Amino acid sequence: MGEVLAVVREAPRQYARIARLWVRSSLAYRASFVMLTLASLLLTFLDFVGLALMLHLIGDLDGFALWEIALLYGASGIGIGVADLLIGSVEQIGQHIRSGTLDAMMVRPVPLIVQVCADRFAIRRLGRITQAVAVFAWAAWSVDWTPSKVVVALLMVVSASAIFFALFVTFSCIQFWTQDASEFANAFTYGGNTMTQYPLSIFPSEVLKSLTFVIPVAFANWYPCLYLLDREDPFGMPEWFAVAPPFVAALMCVVAVLAWRTGVRRYTSTGS
Amino acid sequence: MPLIDVRDLERTFVVRKRAGGMRRTRTEVHAVRDLTFSVEAGEMVGYIGPNGAGKSTTIKMLTGILVPTAGHLHVAGLEPSRHRTELARRIGVVFGQRTTLWWDLPLHDSFELLQKIYRIPIERYRANLAAYVELLDLGDLLDTPVRQLSLGQRMRGDITAALLHDPEILYLDEPTIGLDVVSKGRLREFLRTLNAERGITLLLTTHDLQDIEALCRRVMVIDHGTLVFDGDLAALHRKGGSTRTLVVDLLDEAAPIEVPGATVRRVEGPRQWLSFPSDASAAPIISAVAASYAVADLSIQEPEIEDVIRDLYGRA
Repeated sequence: MGEVLAVVREAPRQYARIARLWVRSSLAYRASFVMLTLASLLLTFLDFVGLALMLHLIGDLDGFALWEIALLYGASGIGIGVADLLIGSVEQIGQHIRSGTLDAMMVRPVPLIVQVCADRFAIRRLGRITQAVAVFAWAAWSVDWTPSKVVVALLMVVSASAIFFALFVTFSCIQFWTQDASEFANAFTYGGNTMTQYPLSIFPSEVLKSLTFVIPVAFANWYPCLYLLDREDPFGMPEWFAVAPPFVAALMCVVAVLAWRTGVRRYTSTGS
Repeated sequence: MPLIDVRDLERTFVVRKRAGGMRRTRTEVHAVRDLTFSVEAGEMVGYIGPNGAGKSTTIKMLTGILVPTAGHLHVAGLEPSRHRTELARRIGVVFGQRTTLWWDLPLHDSFELLQKIYRIPIERYRANLAAYVELLDLGDLLDTPVRQLSLGQRMRGDITAALLHDPEILYLDEPTIGLDVVSKGRLREFLRTLNAERGITLLLTTHDLQDIEALCRRVMVIDHGTLVFDGDLAALHRKGGSTRTLVVDLLDEAAPIEVPGATVRRVEGPRQWLSFPSDASAAPIISAVAASYAVADLSIQEPEIEDVIRDLYGRA
């Protein structure tokens, strides 16, 4: 147990050391670094402009005003942005298996997951977070804040990151079996992000139920945001779902760790 | 207790093949079986075998990347697959065909990261770095981005990277592949020094048998997943049942020479090739030939290790 704790304590520092080298690596090509960063900012900006334009034409979406949708959009964006920045590289696992770099990582005294996540750390992914934070901040201006809402909002942002974090890891682990399935994982991570950019009430109740109980991304923003917006769930889900995100996130992280361990065990027992 | 202790090691893979339509056949392939050997600290061992013989499977099990199907395996007193991270601090691995260095950064940066992740005491790190920079002539290259290094320079960088944390064992997978003759020579010289002066145990896989002849007192040959030979080079020649050849240039063409202990393999004009067992002395045969024939010149050809090994592969 003490051993496990030591690993957990050491991991962030090891991560930071490896990530720092990747940042310096990317600075070796300064022009391409600047262009990629700008492109990433522009892309995420246009993404929101598209949504805003559409809403402007329609007026509102199922009774949700633009700023309310911006709150949902921002919360989900921060969640996936943080997860993508910190561990988005985990979806390259299939590539590491194919090229043999995974073997090289396995003979280093740093937990494999730390090395895989820190690999090709790209600071330009901050673009997505910056944009999401800006959108969230703008929307938050209109929220009728109370102390309990502040707590729910803080828990939401941390949990959303952890939920997407767990999704990235869990679905990337499929690549231990089928090495070319990073697109499959994207369907759940980025797909989940896209769904949660809209008020989930616009979808049939089956969709909401599966996003609550199967791939629980609804906890990343929908339930806590309903509370922040003083709204009741259109499908009659309990109000305490607003404070459930930390527990959902913790559960999903446990699933992710198990998936990762099973995947690594599969790799070490088949070598392919 | 030996540093590497392998007994009855076995590794099977399940291969699924399509057998028409949706049906699939499931076959078990023995990548490694009944593998038994041990390596003492300070040895320098060549591990050779044709492609697919089980070399990399063995190395992967020794480093903990692959779990054995059955058998006993201890490296430095640890069970590799169970204590992979712990073992990683005590071994060094060089993958010949790919680098583990940071492509876009100077060598120096990769080394500094290794100092931190292996937690090498700083004085120890500095001393090692200085020593290997000197031995491998890396001084001018430390500030060069890895992508600008030649293959030979990069290999020297990779070897340094694998040695900074003072490993007890260094595994080298095809270390001289793609290097020019001069670089190969220098690398072999370095590995000899490393083994002799620092006592680091070396296990190298190679297809270049000159590596083996230049470096290894001991050779292990694996084929079809089992060891077909384990011993020193001289014994390998004997085991191969190989023969040395006496080339005789007579003054005139003659009938095949008849002397005890040797047989004529080939006749071409006045030149004749006589073969005799490689463990027999050439002296009595030479004197017998000289006594009965008019000899212009004599020479002895040593058996080629390639031929010896080809013989072994064929037999298994």
